Amino acid sequence: MNLLFTLIGIVAFAVLAPCVGCLLAGLDRVISARMQGRVGPPLLQPYYDVRKLLQKEAASVNKVEDTYITCALVLSIVAGGIFFSGGNLLFSIFIITLSGLFFIVAAYSSRSPYAEVGAHRETLQVMAYEPMMLFMAVAFYLASGTFNSAGALFFAVPAVTVLWPVFLGFMFVLTIKLRKSPFDLSYSHHAHQDLVKGITTEMSGPTLAKVEIMHWCENVLFLGWTGLFFIWANPASIVLAIVVVLAVYFLEIWIDNNFARVKWQFLLRSAWIVALVCGLVNIGFLMYL
Amino acid sequence: MATLGFLILFPLCVGIVLFAVRGEQARKAIVIGSSVIIAACSLWLIATNLGSSWTGFRFSSTVVDYCCTAIGVLIAGIILYYGVRYKNVLACVLAVIQVVGSLIFEFVFAHGVDVVFGLYFDSLSLIMTFIIGVVGTGICVYALGYMEDFQAHEPEDAPDRRPFFFGVMFIFLSAMYLIVFSNNMVWMFTGWEVTTLSSFLLIGYTRTEEAIANAFRQIIMNLLGGIGFLVALFSVVVLFNTLSLQEFIRLGGAYPMLAALPLAALAFAGITKAAQMPFHTWLLGAMVAPTPTSALLHSSTMVKAAVFLLLKLAPLMLVSPVPAAMTVLVGGVTFMMCSFMAISQSNAKRVLAYSTIANLGLIVACAGVGTPEAVWAGAFLMVFHAVAKSLLFLCVGTAEHHIGSRDIEDMDLLFERMPRLARFMMLGIMVMFVAPFGMLVAKWATLISFADMGQLALILLLGFGSAATFMFWAKWLGKLAGVAQRVENVEGSVHRSEWSAILVMAALSVLACINLPLLSRWLVEPYVVGIYGIAGQSIPMVDLLIAAALTTVIVIVLFAGLGKSRRRQVSVYLAGASADNENRIFRNSMSGETEATAHNWYLTDVFGEKSMAPIGSVCCIIVMILGVVVSAAFTTKGFGLLSAVLSLFGL
Amino acid sequence: MSFASKSPWVIHYDASSCNGCDIEVLATLCPGFDAERFGVINTGNPKHADIFLVTGSVNERNIKVIQEIYDQMLEPKVVVACGICACSGGIFHDCYNVLGGVDKAIPVDVYAPGCAIRPETIIDAVVEAVGVLEEKARAMKEKEQGE
Repeated sequence: MNLLFTLIGIVAFAVLAPCVGCLLAGLDRVISARMQGRVGPPLLQPYYDVRKLLQKEAASVNKVEDTYITCALVLSIVAGGIFFSGGNLLFSIFIITLSGLFFIVAAYSSRSPYAEVGAHRETLQVMAYEPMMLFMAVAFYLASGTFNSAGALFFAVPAVTVLWPVFLGFMFVLTIKLRKSPFDLSYSHHAHQDLVKGITTEMSGPTLAKVEIMHWCENVLFLGWTGLFFIWANPASIVLAIVVVLAVYFLEIWIDNNFARVKWQFLLRSAWIVALVCGLVNIGFLMYL
Repeated sequence: MATLGFLILFPLCVGIVLFAVRGEQARKAIVIGSSVIIAACSLWLIATNLGSSWTGFRFSSTVVDYCCTAIGVLIAGIILYYGVRYKNVLACVLAVIQVVGSLIFEFVFAHGVDVVFGLYFDSLSLIMTFIIGVVGTGICVYALGYMEDFQAHEPEDAPDRRPFFFGVMFIFLSAMYLIVFSNNMVWMFTGWEVTTLSSFLLIGYTRTEEAIANAFRQIIMNLLGGIGFLVALFSVVVLFNTLSLQEFIRLGGAYPMLAALPLAALAFAGITKAAQMPFHTWLLGAMVAPTPTSALLHSSTMVKAAVFLLLKLAPLMLVSPVPAAMTVLVGGVTFMMCSFMAISQSNAKRVLAYSTIANLGLIVACAGVGTPEAVWAGAFLMVFHAVAKSLLFLCVGTAEHHIGSRDIEDMDLLFERMPRLARFMMLGIMVMFVAPFGMLVAKWATLISFADMGQLALILLLGFGSAATFMFWAKWLGKLAGVAQRVENVEGSVHRSEWSAILVMAALSVLACINLPLLSRWLVEPYVVGIYGIAGQSIPMVDLLIAAALTTVIVIVLFAGLGKSRRRQVSVYLAGASADNENRIFRNSMSGETEATAHNWYLTDVFGEKSMAPIGSVCCIIVMILGVVVSAAFTTKGFGLLSAVLSLFGL
Repeated sequence: MSFASKSPWVIHYDASSCNGCDIEVLATLCPGFDAERFGVINTGNPKHADIFLVTGSVNERNIKVIQEIYDQMLEPKVVVACGICACSGGIFHDCYNVLGGVDKAIPVDVYAPGCAIRPETIIDAVVEAVGVLEEKARAMKEKEQGE
């Protein structure tokens, strides 16, 4: 029964997440444009981009890259399905990490100098945000007694009331996970950057389209984790969670438009210090007090 | 019981025979034949006793006791011989202390203490039987082809010492069986010392200056651990008047105060043998030996004996906080620090060594936590580490002989040069560090057990250590995955014996990952339930099923799906005028040609050995000194209390 | 309808020019003209781009680079020669090392004159190029279906 539920969740996520993610990405571009005093593209621009990419000639630098990217896409959908069907939060974190690994390996496989530097930076980014993700899951577990995201539906008060230090830490690494400046070291959706196009340099046409869809799914999942902090037994809390998620997304766009990219040393140190402080304080508090 | 006896004695006999066999064909036949017999016998033992709890065998014999004493003296003699020959005073002193100690023990203290159930097995021993009998013998088979190449790489006039090599390998296996089947702690101690000596001989095999120095480092550290074991034996016999491991665990659980000192001493012995900081240097030094040695030391023998002992002691750890805290902290700190240091290494074998030490640290920490969940996780960490690490070592060894380097940077393009080997290596790496493969599932259970026990420090150490783990494995994996056209395939000359061993390890890794729920049901849970009375599996079944499904898909993609794409191939982007895209050569500003190269990140400034190792070592040394001293204080206090109570009753 | 016309991603290369047109191309992407309204993105990566904007004339040294970028773009793709130098060599046409306009190196689809080219002209040229792109995309699709 439980397994069936998860499978349904995965299928539903595969259908819905790209739609929601696409709209969010379009919203991102419109809001960014407005922040820069421009009109910006239509809301559905990301959809047009992906459709165009799918129509482009299918060519790649080797025979394996596209397979890795397909794996990454499928795994990101599995991770999302597990989480949104009320499944294990930690497992979805692990699976999305595996998806990230396939993305990294795809870039490495091209042996392109730019893609490879992008892959190095991506690996470093994973290392930077991973501790905070684990601490978030552990704190959630300690607060609720379960790793299942469905557990939040039985809370008397939203998790953020006891998990606010971890929530703040999560917000910090969310900027890395959403690939927003100042932490968009490996790949940025903005035009020029120092690495041509970083980790996606060699991905083109349909392969790049898959990468875009994967990012949409990932973004929905990450925002789902954000919303989890604001859910409790009251059904109306879902509306609140959506409002908070949108506010958080707006904040990330604002950060993206207002900060210049940092060096990797700062990224790693700051992310780990934040994880250490937030994790230590919150988990310690939950364990001993 | 006959099977247990056979498993202990047969490899010993084979080892002794192999010392004498000089013919290549004969050796091959003996090694393969006896490996098959040992593996089959081990599997038969496991299959016929699936799910069984502790099963003891009435077997005590003063002859065996005297044999053990004789072996102890012999070991000391061999160490003294080498110590005098290579002028190593410390090793001689430690060997003398140990032999004198064990003689006093045998004839003064242990005399008259009878262990009724000399031999036993339980599900944890069965897991170890599997690791020794299948992984260990697989490595021996692999060594046949490897040592042939190894000998060919040696200078012409170098003596052929392979009979010695294979002899010691099999004696090693025999000693391991002795450790896992002995309920009599003296016999166990004998096996323990034989493994120490065997690895000493194997590390020093090449007899280069470096090898000898590293071999002595190993023996000094492990003799220290051996002395710790001896202290434990003395205190167990004095405090509890028994030498049975099972009795000790039972009585220790009842009188945790008294058990503190022997437990801390055994934990110390385990920590040295499991190469935890600050003793990690011996395992790093062991890398000078031929690769099968490293594979054997890391995956199926030596260090596994240590974590086996610690996992056995886990129920005691649960009730005596001081030795537990010591074990937990040493394991946790070692896990994090060694994961950090692995980032800074480009030598593949050193990366593997650091990863081994780190993972052992995790198992040690699990043993220290001591809950059913932690033991469940620790047992699985042990299984997956054994199969995946042996796979990786065998792959690295083969790659080294064919590309002439063990540096990860030189493994660039291995995906093309040795396509099958690279895929096996990638599989091994993935099993080691990502979900849905087994090692991560075990780590996940570890995390849950730490959270349940309120181990804040361990959670932090695990979080940062795991992140570092991702970094050093992912960049290696990426290096292997690189694809370019027109590269010569150098895979043809790999020996059949090497392929078969690698294939066995790969198959075991995959099967173990997919069948994790079954392994849990039939091997790990029976042990956990037998000890604690409750099950230890903390990961929901639905997640395990999804993990098994994903594992299957990924393995299929890796071995059957990659490289099937029929797309038009284009060259990589080099920004500007390129001269030869296939080889990443571009035209530079002087109209010359430059090759674009990319090296991995090693972040030496942040994670270098120089800055990390002292911190970890100092932390662990302080923790261990405190742990042993406080435990000793506890025991003396507990002993005093007990005598007071006894005197009250007029006893 | 093809989606090629709705998301024309451009790559810009400045061959041998006075940099006047070069600056105008970047100016076109600024908020004042906001080329992103039409889905235009400056990618800087030939593998992602649909439209190749070249400014300046072609000489012996950069002809290889132009050809390389062109070759690495995937079908369908369109080339726009921006500015008079790119169209014909302009005032540099009789320099000893200048080969001429961009069409000496690669096939050009849209010629956009001007010295320097104005942003309005560039936008016009891109709109024109989008039409060509559309056609090429359709041709490609038909060819695929034919197979």
